[in-house]
Amino acid sequence: MSLLTQRLRFIPFLPIYVALYFLFLYLPILLLPIFSFNNAATTTFPLAGFTTKWYASLSGNSVMLEAAWNSLIVGLSVSLLSTILGICAARAITRHRFRGQRAAAGLIMAPLFLPEIIVAVSLLMIVLAMGVELSLVTVILGQTVFCVPYAMSVLVSGFEGFDRSLEEASYDLGETAIGTFRRVTLPVVAPAIVSSLLVTFTISLDEFILAFFLSGTEPTLPVYIWGQLRFAAKLPGVLALGTIMLVVSILMLTLAEILRRRAERRTQLAHALP
Amino acid sequence: MSDRAMIQIENVSKFYGIYKALDDVSLSIAEGEFFSLLGPSGCGKTTLLRSIAGFENPTTGEIYIDGVPSLALPPNKRPTNMVFQSYAIFPHLDVAENVAYGLKRLKLSPEEEKKRVGDALDMVRLSGLGRRKAHELSGGQRQRVALARALVMRPKVLLLDEPLSALDKKLREEMQVELRTLQKAVGITFILVTHDQYEALALSDRIAVMFDGRIAQIATPKEIYQRPRTRKVADFLGGMNFLKAKVLGEQGNAVSIDTARFGAVQLVKPQGFATSDGHVTVGIRPERLRLLWDDDRAPHELAGRIENRAYFGEVTHLTVGIDGLEQPLSMVETNNFGADDLPIGAEIRLAYDPEAFVLLAEDPPVSRL
Repeated sequence: MSLLTQRLRFIPFLPIYVALYFLFLYLPILLLPIFSFNNAATTTFPLAGFTTKWYASLSGNSVMLEAAWNSLIVGLSVSLLSTILGICAARAITRHRFRGQRAAAGLIMAPLFLPEIIVAVSLLMIVLAMGVELSLVTVILGQTVFCVPYAMSVLVSGFEGFDRSLEEASYDLGETAIGTFRRVTLPVVAPAIVSSLLVTFTISLDEFILAFFLSGTEPTLPVYIWGQLRFAAKLPGVLALGTIMLVVSILMLTLAEILRRRAERRTQLAHALP
Repeated sequence: MSDRAMIQIENVSKFYGIYKALDDVSLSIAEGEFFSLLGPSGCGKTTLLRSIAGFENPTTGEIYIDGVPSLALPPNKRPTNMVFQSYAIFPHLDVAENVAYGLKRLKLSPEEEKKRVGDALDMVRLSGLGRRKAHELSGGQRQRVALARALVMRPKVLLLDEPLSALDKKLREEMQVELRTLQKAVGITFILVTHDQYEALALSDRIAVMFDGRIAQIATPKEIYQRPRTRKVADFLGGMNFLKAKVLGEQGNAVSIDTARFGAVQLVKPQGFATSDGHVTVGIRPERLRLLWDDDRAPHELAGRIENRAYFGEVTHLTVGIDGLEQPLSMVETNNFGADDLPIGAEIRLAYDPEAFVLLAEDPPVSRL
């Protein structure tokens, strides 16, 4: 060990760096719930006292509730659609070898790396050129394009270890094709599918750019929040709403990750040998 | 083991496009027989096993299982069960549920089902582990679950696809003994696919050696080791010294040949024996050559010198150069008498038994297209 590294060992610069990093990352997000319980219309310290009135005001806000309902419809549709498409893609990629496979996988993943606003503008142009009216349907289609890559990566990791001999073993033991799907295929890949549904729902829930461009007169929650930010008095309500969305997102992503790991362990240990 | 044929394979061929995975294979396996399909990877042994199970569809030919033409039957309608190379333990089910998987379709009473699962687990010595999940099992235990899951169905034939290849050496040897005992206990036909010649020799009643989609020889372990029909079979089953020899004359089933330094010997003609130019290939196993020490005398001796030596613990492999022979001879000596201390270049004498030579037929030309 050199003298320099020996000296550096006594300066805990690495823990300090890590602490600062996390502070920068999470302090702003922590402020959100704090101010949402603050009994004042402005977001300044010192805090003015504890209240739940901002949360109470949300329940009477019919415009907000409608936006929440829209988000729910969009989220459910997008997660279902992108997971179904993701299942097809993941199965093709993990189970078969075909010409252009890598290219196909790459092109499916590409929307992750394209500037979202450019995609949003191009989608808007096409939708308008086709004379389709902007609605939740257009939002659903746009967000599905964006969610399929996420769905596919979750599902590929779940399907990858799925040993084909599991299905063969089931036939061999007397089970039919349908019975095999029900008793083996589905249970083994179910955690990955649920995980994909949760991840894509969460992404859809807070997706803004596509929703903003494609939603027309039916705002989703993020679009509604953006609209409210023009009015200073509405800010605490937005903070309360934001806090709820944050909690929901974190819960769902945690659940998704737990399920994804379980799926991975199941399929990999099915045939991995110690 | 009875004389009744349990499996009859008649002229089975399997083409992938123009590639012949199986090339006109015919064989018959008896009820209660432990039969092995032995060969290098790609020889068609697994394709043949999967054809019996119903996972491959041969292009031509027929497979009879217990007298029933079975190629039209799907895997779930055949009285065969399989132990997969990966074991294919259902990861979402515990051990008992895995074993009961196939029984569920039989709609047994709960007591009957429980009893059969219990008996199967006892048989493979897994009693008490019924509630374990797949990922909590060792490789050897998974192997047993796969065996129990197949045997609980009371199949007429158990198919084993390289079941021991994933286990380490010690466990593999233990499981070999256990497999053999199990087969004797249940008394049904076992068909084992393996590329490990020792495994096939140790376990089987009979072995079929396969190369390039064809069966090269079917015989008992002893016969296939001591009387391999062709050079390839001899080579695959262990070490063998090959020598060119000249045919002196043929009398009925016997051939007299001149093996140069080993003198003239009389050998039995193998099936398919033919010589075009009056020359043949004969073989002698390394362990059939014996070192002679000091005053030892033998009826048939040869002088040579040690060219190479490799120490293997219980045995030493020697390479011995003989004047007048193109290739040096390989021999195996146990280390009781100091073969491991012989210096390279040492002059030695070795003894051989002319009866130990095998006359080998030509291998058929390889063509899989």
